[in-house]
Amino acid sequence: MIDALLSILIFQLIGEVLSRGLNLPVPGPVIGMLLLFAVLRWRGGPPEPLSATANSILAHLPLLFVPAGVGVMVHLPLLAREGAPLLAAIVISTSITLLMTGLTVHWLRRRK
Amino acid sequence: MDDRIFSIWVYLAQTPLLWLTATIAIYRAMTLISRRLGSPPLLNPVLLSIIALVSILLLTGTPYATYFDGAQFVHFLLGPATVALAIPLYESERTLRRIFWPALAGLIVGSATGITAAVLAGRLVGLSEQTLRSLAPKSITTPIAMGIAEQLGGLPSLTAVIVIVTGMMGALFGWELLGLVGVRDDSERGFALGLASHGLGTARSLQFSSEAGALAGLAMGLNGAMTSLLAPLLARWLGL
Repeated sequence: MIDALLSILIFQLIGEVLSRGLNLPVPGPVIGMLLLFAVLRWRGGPPEPLSATANSILAHLPLLFVPAGVGVMVHLPLLAREGAPLLAAIVISTSITLLMTGLTVHWLRRRK
Repeated sequence: MDDRIFSIWVYLAQTPLLWLTATIAIYRAMTLISRRLGSPPLLNPVLLSIIALVSILLLTGTPYATYFDGAQFVHFLLGPATVALAIPLYESERTLRRIFWPALAGLIVGSATGITAAVLAGRLVGLSEQTLRSLAPKSITTPIAMGIAEQLGGLPSLTAVIVIVTGMMGALFGWELLGLVGVRDDSERGFALGLASHGLGTARSLQFSSEAGALAGLAMGLNGAMTSLLAPLLARWLGL
């Protein structure tokens, strides 16, 4: 458990250092994820405790968005003014993005 | 007696302990309530927790900064959780290889569409310039989106809220919407959901299969990078 946590943190740290040090547009944790993925391929799989720790963090992924979401309280006046059109813009553009992405991948795979 | 309660409150209000515990406890309670109600997508634990916490903070007159002092420990875990996505990604390597080139094309198309559609839809409904700039990076994960919003001259803290609403919307109807237009493959649906609605789309995809979740996590990560590259260019082109 402690080893698993440590390795996740180390990969994130390496990712952050690379991202900032080389001025990459890719965020640190994403570089950490890709590096860990490369190491897992080289090792031929994750050790059991790492799998277990990763899965238990991922099982509660939605919780991690709550603190930033509570930030809505700072913007209540703005949302009273623009909330409804903003929500409409989010729904419309999210639907378009989902469809364009899904259909692009789907069509290109069928073409082959 | 009242004095004593007051001094306990003063102590608790100063330590991160109270709001950290409250965040996790309320999320836990809302998970149980949501499940009891039959897990209606609209009344998801994230939305219910945010409503409950905001109400408590407003009623007790607690500023958001005080709350965040405690809750930041939960917020911090977004980074390790992203790294942890390497495990489902490894387990889906075969799928990843099969879908690689179409997914790469989907990434470029999806990322550009995400930014452009947000700005155009926002203009259509008449949002203010500053809100538009906060809306542009809405599809990607919170920390990166906030950085981009700042760069574009938006409000990073408003972007955080927009990002979470986007995530909830994707989780609410994304999977079904893709099914309606004939995209029924788990990996394709997961990829689109992670790209358009980041971590909450990924969490939703993980409910369907670990393969969908892994591709969603990958799309979330890649779109974070792609949007950081494209947003400044597209913003100029869209006249922001």
